Amino acid sequence: MKQQITKTTYQLPIGPIHPALKEPVMFEFEIEGERIIDVNVALGHVHRGIEWAGMQRNPIQILYLAERICGICSYCHPMSFALAVERAAGIEVPERAQYLRVIQGELERICSHMLWAGVAAHEIGFDSVLFLTWQMREKGLDLTEYLTGNRVTKGITMIGGVRRDITNDMHPKIKEALQYFKDNFEKLRHIFLDDKTFKMRSQNCGVLTKEDALKLCAVGPTTRASGVKKDVRLDQGYFAYGDLDFDYVTPDVLTGEVHGDVYDRIIVRLLEVKQSIDLIEQCLNLMPSGEIISEPKIPKLLAILKKLNGEGIGRMEAPRGEVIHYVKFTGQDSPYSWKVRAPTYSNVLPWIPMLKGGQIADIPIVAASTDPCMSCTNRVAVVHNDKRYELDKEELHRMSIEKTRRLMT
Amino acid sequence: MRLSMLPQVFVQMFKKPFTNKFPAKYTPSSTTRFLENVQNGKTKINPPVETPPGFRGKIQYDREKCIGCQLCIKVCPSGAIEFKPEEKKIKIFLARCTFCSQCNDVCPVNCLSMSNEFLLADTDKYSKSLIVE
Repeated sequence: MKQQITKTTYQLPIGPIHPALKEPVMFEFEIEGERIIDVNVALGHVHRGIEWAGMQRNPIQILYLAERICGICSYCHPMSFALAVERAAGIEVPERAQYLRVIQGELERICSHMLWAGVAAHEIGFDSVLFLTWQMREKGLDLTEYLTGNRVTKGITMIGGVRRDITNDMHPKIKEALQYFKDNFEKLRHIFLDDKTFKMRSQNCGVLTKEDALKLCAVGPTTRASGVKKDVRLDQGYFAYGDLDFDYVTPDVLTGEVHGDVYDRIIVRLLEVKQSIDLIEQCLNLMPSGEIISEPKIPKLLAILKKLNGEGIGRMEAPRGEVIHYVKFTGQDSPYSWKVRAPTYSNVLPWIPMLKGGQIADIPIVAASTDPCMSCTNRVAVVHNDKRYELDKEELHRMSIEKTRRLMT
Repeated sequence: MRLSMLPQVFVQMFKKPFTNKFPAKYTPSSTTRFLENVQNGKTKINPPVETPPGFRGKIQYDREKCIGCQLCIKVCPSGAIEFKPEEKKIKIFLARCTFCSQCNDVCPVNCLSMSNEFLLADTDKYSKSLIVE
């Protein structure tokens, strides 16, 4: 007689093209019923050769290429590149430009965190909150458009400064937008932190302990939610951050304790929105008058950079964590080497401890909770008893909504 | 608290929709006929949301002022600008333009500027409306 082989666990491959994580990434789950007992992550499915493309261009052109690495971090990538070039060339940035850079960076952080909050709500099936947060984010995008000229690709970065100044007649409009955020912040906080639906889906879900966060080098809000005080703005003190009054945002500021779960990540991001509003206000008050760029003549700047020999690193705190750009010049038109390390790269490995022990229906919200910055879509193939069937994004999303409903009753 | 979103949803129900219905309030049964009617002046387009000052739209080129220095070609990140050597003037392909306005900044005689025109969709990337010269 044929021997029956019994297996207690099954494998669930997700990706390379995927559900809620909006980036081609490969997961291999080892599941026992609904419980995830092991996860394996494989990266490297969206190599666009953007660094190579950059090596054929001059630094001014790379600024706009770097802007297109990510649609949401369209300010911190070029700015980080500019920091690297400035360090390599020893360019001194005027003080007013330093403050303007902070304002743009914090505005981007507000928009990014608002977007994330909406996505998180969507992942657990709470779509009315998605529309509410994105309605508020719209105000941030309007302000971005007003200050830089476009909503997404801002084009504000220049090596040695910024391209557009904030004049006194622009202040009322900025203040009005900030007031709007402040007025609505309490509403948002109430919905995200007091609502039962959010609490039951996010508390004790996707837990990342402090030890794991340190061991796996998580960055940005993901690590701060686990209680690690890590923030490039405070650790490195670039731009004008050294002159501003702010502190690390960890969940214990609000609740007095750190769990490192999805709920804590919501707290950290919400508090950072508030912090960013405060930082922009401080900048508007403290900003000195003066030049906004060290070398306004771009042909001259290009000539300086052409003769340049040397390398530089630019680090800054993007909304998702620390972004690093490395650049090396060898006296040519274009850089000899350019390397980008986006924050999500560090935030992928923490997925493993977060997902272990969780349920399949929790995958979307846990994966989305690190705010992975990636490209889109996909499907999941499930092999069960040699029969292959597929779990697509809609199906996973439906399962997630069902879990919310189940917990409600 | 349970259902903390409910009051907000009720408030939202009685608010006007945020969306600006552009170009028409209701989807026309035939888009081409709608556009024809607009051109003949029979119907009007529902105007888009106004662009802010400093918006970077379609490039405008002052041919007379241009001295043919080619600096704009050097800084253009997408290679959208072509040099015409016999006339010493430039030709801009808007289908490739990324609207960064870097060429405007670098131009020594200020012959380039950004307008607030943004309705540039076309089926042909070499169509007349997408080439500035």
